[in-house]
Amino acid sequence: MSALLHADNVTKRFGGFIALDGINLEVQPGERLGLIGPNGSGKSTLVNCICGTLQNESGSVSFDGQLVDGLAAHERTHRGIARSFQLPRPFHSLSLTDNLRIPLLYTVHARIGPLRSHGDLNARCHELLEMVGLANKAKQLPRDLTQVEMRKLELARAMAAEPKLLIADESMAGLSHSEIDDILALLLRLNEAGITIILIEHIMSAVMRFSQRLAVLVSGKKVADGKPEDVVRDPEVVRAYLGQ
Amino acid sequence: MRVNTTKFSLITFVVGAAVMAFAHWYKVDYLFFASYTILQFIVLATAWNILGGYCGYVNFGSAAFFAMGAYSSVALHKFDTLIDHWFSGGFAAFLHGVFPLSVPVLIVFGAIVSGIAGFGMGYLTLRLRGSFFAIATLALAVVLQTLVVNWEYVGGSRGAYIIRPESIEFAGVTINYIEYLFGLMLLLAIFSLVAARAIERSQLGFGFATIRDDELAAEACGVPTLRVKLIATTISGALMGMAGAPFPYYIGYLQPSSAFGLEYAVNSIAMPMIGGTTSWVGPLVGAILLGSAQQYATVSISSEVNLLIVGLMLVAFVIIAPNGLIGLVQGWRRAWRKP
Repeated sequence: MSALLHADNVTKRFGGFIALDGINLEVQPGERLGLIGPNGSGKSTLVNCICGTLQNESGSVSFDGQLVDGLAAHERTHRGIARSFQLPRPFHSLSLTDNLRIPLLYTVHARIGPLRSHGDLNARCHELLEMVGLANKAKQLPRDLTQVEMRKLELARAMAAEPKLLIADESMAGLSHSEIDDILALLLRLNEAGITIILIEHIMSAVMRFSQRLAVLVSGKKVADGKPEDVVRDPEVVRAYLGQ
Repeated sequence: MRVNTTKFSLITFVVGAAVMAFAHWYKVDYLFFASYTILQFIVLATAWNILGGYCGYVNFGSAAFFAMGAYSSVALHKFDTLIDHWFSGGFAAFLHGVFPLSVPVLIVFGAIVSGIAGFGMGYLTLRLRGSFFAIATLALAVVLQTLVVNWEYVGGSRGAYIIRPESIEFAGVTINYIEYLFGLMLLLAIFSLVAARAIERSQLGFGFATIRDDELAAEACGVPTLRVKLIATTISGALMGMAGAPFPYYIGYLQPSSAFGLEYAVNSIAMPMIGGTTSWVGPLVGAILLGSAQQYATVSISSEVNLLIVGLMLVAFVIIAPNGLIGLVQGWRRAWRKP
C-alpha cells in the first residue's frame, strides 16, 4: 500500500445524524485532490476526522503507512498532516512572525529534535512570510490583515509545520478572481515542492484548474471519485448539485 | 534592550536587597507586616496570571491553593508534637532531629502539595472552558474548605495556633522573625517574577498564548494543548502554595475562614486585571498598587473597606483600561509613535 493517506470506511455520527457514512478515500503522494460537495455534505467533518479534531466512530485512517486512529490532532500534525481552517483562525495576540513560530517550535522541533537558534527561527518565519507575500507585515497583528492576507497567513502557518499533506479547507471562499489566482498559484508551487494537497472548495473553476482527481461527497457518502472531467459529467453529481 | 533571564534575576535581586536593606534600616515592625502582605500578593497575582493571563483560564479558587500551602505547614508543624505519641526509640530521635521543619522547607512542601492539587484540578476540569472552568475552580475551593473545617488534626473550624519564635539566628546574626518572614517572601516574589518572565519568553509561553487565543488552531499547529494546560495549572498552583506556606507563621493563628478568605480569590484576580494580564509586569504593578491601597485603607479607614476598594478599582479599570495599566501605557506609546 503506497497511498499517503488512506481513509477506510470512515463513519462519523452526531447523535442520530450520520455525517460521514463509510467513506473510503486514498490519496497518493504528490497528488492534488479536489474534494467537493454541496453544503453540509460532510467535507469539513471528513477533514476533522483526518486531522484528529474529531474522532471517527468506525473505520480507520492511516497516514504514511501507519494507523493514526485515536491520535490527538497535535500528534497527527507532528506526523505531517497540516490544515488550514475554513474560517481563518490566527492567534490574535501574536504577531505574524510569532504565529508562524508556533508550528516551528512545537512541530518542526518535535520532529527534528534539537532546538534551533533564535536567528534560525526568525529567518525561517521570514522565509515563510516571503513565500506568501506578507514579509512587510511581519510585526503586525492578524487584525491588521485583509481577508486574502488572512488566508495566506493561514496557509503559511500550515506550511510552517513542514507537512507531507496539506488540507486547504475553503481557502478561497469570498475572494476576488485575482486573489483566487494568487492562492491557486501558491498551492501549485507548494505541490511542485512535493507536498500532497487536498483542496476543499466550492469555486468550481478553481477546483477544475487545480485538481488532478476529484472526489465528491453528498450527504456523507462519496458518490464519485475520478478524473475531474468525468466526475463533473457524472449523473449523480449533476443531480446533487442541480437537482433533478 | 533585551535582558536575558540571568541578568533579570540579578536586577530583581539587587532591587530586592535594596528593599530589604531599607526595611532593615527603617526598622519598623509594621512596615514588615504590611509589606509582607503586598509581597505575598505579588506572588499570588503572578501565579494566577500564569494560568489566567497567559492561558486565559480564569481561576476563582486561588484561596484554595493558598490555603493548601498554609495548611500543609500547619500539618507538618503539628507533626512535631505527635512524634513521641506515634513513634519511639531511634526513629523518634531521628524525627526530632528533622522536625520542626524550617520555613523554607515548608515552602517547598507547600509548593509540592499545591502543585499536585493544581495538576489534579487541571486534569479534572480542563476539558471545561470559559465560565464552566471558573465555576469548577470555585467549587474546588468550597470542597477543600469543607474538608479542612472537618479535619480535627489541623484544628478544624476552631483553627490552629502557631507560636512563632521571637527571632531567628542567621549566620551569627539575630534577626527579628517577622523580618525573616519578610525576607523569605521577598525571595519568593523575586522567584515568581523571574519564573513568570522566563516562561513568557519561552516555547512554553508561546504555547500558553496559543491556548488563550485559539485552542483548535493550537492543536493544528502541533501544540499538545492538554499537556501545556496541565503545566500551567501545576506551576500556578505550586506558586500559590509557596505563598501560603509561611502564612501560619506570619499570622500566628490560622482558621479556615482566614486561609480560604474571599480576599485571596478576589485580589489574585483583580491585581493582574488592574496591572495587565499579558506580561509579568502587570501582576507586579497591580499587586503593589492595590496591596498598598488596601494596607493604607486598613490602617486609616477600616479593615472592611479593603474589598470595597478592590471592587471599585476593578470596575473602574474594566471601564477605563480593559487591558490594565500595561495596556493603557502601550496604547499611549503606540499613539505617541503614530502622530
